[in-house]
Amino acid sequence: MNKRSATPADCRECDRDWQEKTLQPSLLQMPERLPQFTSLSGTTVKRLYTPADVEDLDFLQEVGYPGQPPYTRGIHPTMYRGKLWTMRQFAGFGTPEDTNARFRFLLEQGQSGLSVAFHLPTLMGLDSDHPLSEGEVGKCGVAMDSLADMEVLFRGIDLEKITTSMTINAPAAFVWALYLVNAEKRGRHLAKLSGTIQNDILKEYIAQKTWIFPPRPSMRLIVDTFRFGTEFVPRWNTISISGYHIREAGSTALQELAFTLRDGIEYVEAALQSGLEIDQFAPRLSFFFNAHNDLFEEVAKYRAARKVWHRVMKERFGANDPRSWTLRFHTQTAGCALTAQQPHNNIVRTAIQALAAILGGTQSLHTNSMDETYALPTEQAVALALRTQQILAAESGITNTVDPLAGSYYVEALTRQMEQGCWEYFDKIDAMGGMVSAIESCFPQREVQEAAYQYQRAVEQQEKLIVGVNAFLTESEEGGIETLTIDAEAATKQRERLREVKASRSASSVQRALEELGRAAAGTEHLMPHFMDCARQYATLGEVCDVLRGAFGTYTEPVI
Amino acid sequence: MTDRRLRVLVAKPGLDGHDRGAKIIARALRDAGMEVIYTGLRQTPEQIVNAALQEDVDCIGLSILSGAHNVILPRVMQLLKQQELDDVLVLAGGIIPDEDIPALKACGIAEIFLPGASTELIVTFIRDHAGKKPR
Repeated sequence: MNKRSATPADCRECDRDWQEKTLQPSLLQMPERLPQFTSLSGTTVKRLYTPADVEDLDFLQEVGYPGQPPYTRGIHPTMYRGKLWTMRQFAGFGTPEDTNARFRFLLEQGQSGLSVAFHLPTLMGLDSDHPLSEGEVGKCGVAMDSLADMEVLFRGIDLEKITTSMTINAPAAFVWALYLVNAEKRGRHLAKLSGTIQNDILKEYIAQKTWIFPPRPSMRLIVDTFRFGTEFVPRWNTISISGYHIREAGSTALQELAFTLRDGIEYVEAALQSGLEIDQFAPRLSFFFNAHNDLFEEVAKYRAARKVWHRVMKERFGANDPRSWTLRFHTQTAGCALTAQQPHNNIVRTAIQALAAILGGTQSLHTNSMDETYALPTEQAVALALRTQQILAAESGITNTVDPLAGSYYVEALTRQMEQGCWEYFDKIDAMGGMVSAIESCFPQREVQEAAYQYQRAVEQQEKLIVGVNAFLTESEEGGIETLTIDAEAATKQRERLREVKASRSASSVQRALEELGRAAAGTEHLMPHFMDCARQYATLGEVCDVLRGAFGTYTEPVI
Repeated sequence: MTDRRLRVLVAKPGLDGHDRGAKIIARALRDAGMEVIYTGLRQTPEQIVNAALQEDVDCIGLSILSGAHNVILPRVMQLLKQQELDDVLVLAGGIIPDEDIPALKACGIAEIFLPGASTELIVTFIRDHAGKKPR
């Protein structure tokens, strides 16, 4: 008996043999359930993957070891054996008092980091008393009008001990300034603060659409935060380059990956053009991906992300610091995969998605709650979502070894397919003159819109099954689940505090700070110090954004 | 005039930018032979009712995922009434808790479609209920 292991050539021969002698007779007796099997994103999945599918895969070059280039297997040598991912539930509603209470509840439940959801007026740069804020105050997140709100939001929470992620984009620089000034006032050192601002405007134009200013001045604001972070807040992630929303808008897994990484390239280029050095800021770039239902496709996406980013940083930008080469990311399970029908099923979906994120080596994770197709989650639902992560961490055994799916013929083949797809999208977008230009000509928007429509069509034709929606329906829908209601008083209380803030601050100091900001914005000056000053004077978010609207104009979405 | 194509205004009130649903519905209604006018994002009730008036529509589909539906949707209905457009079929869709649905229907919204509703269901509903007004 020859003990030599099988070569790909042997495999190809065995494959033919297997097809002829075993597969064909079986198919004649029992055909497969479908004429074609596809991933959630619609790509064809083969019946069987063998060594022949990864024939020319160079293990050391393409897979390698965790903590070493190309980081396919993870960014740390020990991954979850050393430190678990951060369990970080996105939370925010009502007044800062309401959200402060939710934060303390989550910390008591063993959550390891905070993540702030701001209400829509804040995301759009409007104060709670603006006419467009009517009905929106405290609904999708917490209200944040001025420094006074930030003070209440983090009352009783040690800002040097906790890491805070803030989902804020168009007005991110000012909201970050509110956080930093609050910490300063409490005697904390900026250099010791740690957290993340999302600060990713490009995906807003592509997918989530909470923009204020046009792309080019928005890029300037982002580069200013890179510069300020590098100098004063070195442990802060000044951007979280996000694919999450692109996927939620209906993209495929590949589009999510490719557009996100290409957005990353765009930010790096903008920062380099402003005179920053690559290794000054690149270690503080972070990423944010979706975790959808197709487990293997998702795992391949995360593995390919690390591999592609390493090569981009090294070859395209010549980064020398290994910290610039590693792609660190947060993951959130897919909101768009939740169903209003049979909502308890969402608990199971979320568990599978969380499993994908962990098998893919995420650094932090938010698990959605079962009730989120109806409203923001109740305390009970969010605790269950957090417990899902804790069960995976403590009981499933998946944290015992690094990158357990490596070497799977299927996963390695998929990882490589994802990577290849990325390079192809990069070539297309480079040829358009970069991502800002591609967005201006609506390329990524069209791609996502088309994918969303095709998916909906596949669901309606039952090519894709969703339990409770187009399969396994129940006769009588289960009785409504309990949902969270936002206290109607929240809006009144919030407007009341805003009035008090305006009455008690120094009107002339606010005026001066805003004028200085306007003057600086009209020129080319670095704006972060001006935002810090406006924050200290209790200027409101709406006032600051109005000044910027004056200087930069506002964005109008092209019709596609 | 039964052979007139149904005209539908797809509108996005509220501050949220989640337009995946609105755009899919708009395309599905077009594919079903209707004329669709899409307002774009962040339209005030006044803008929506104005567009409905200008475009002489048979149906308005309101997509809102911001949580402000209890304030914004009744306002749209009130303005429609003022403009004597109360024969226009009004539908809504989005993230809307069950307990809010009775009050929204009471102010004149014909149907509320939640996540998971098929475009076919919505097309059929519009065909069955819109365009009944005399022209």
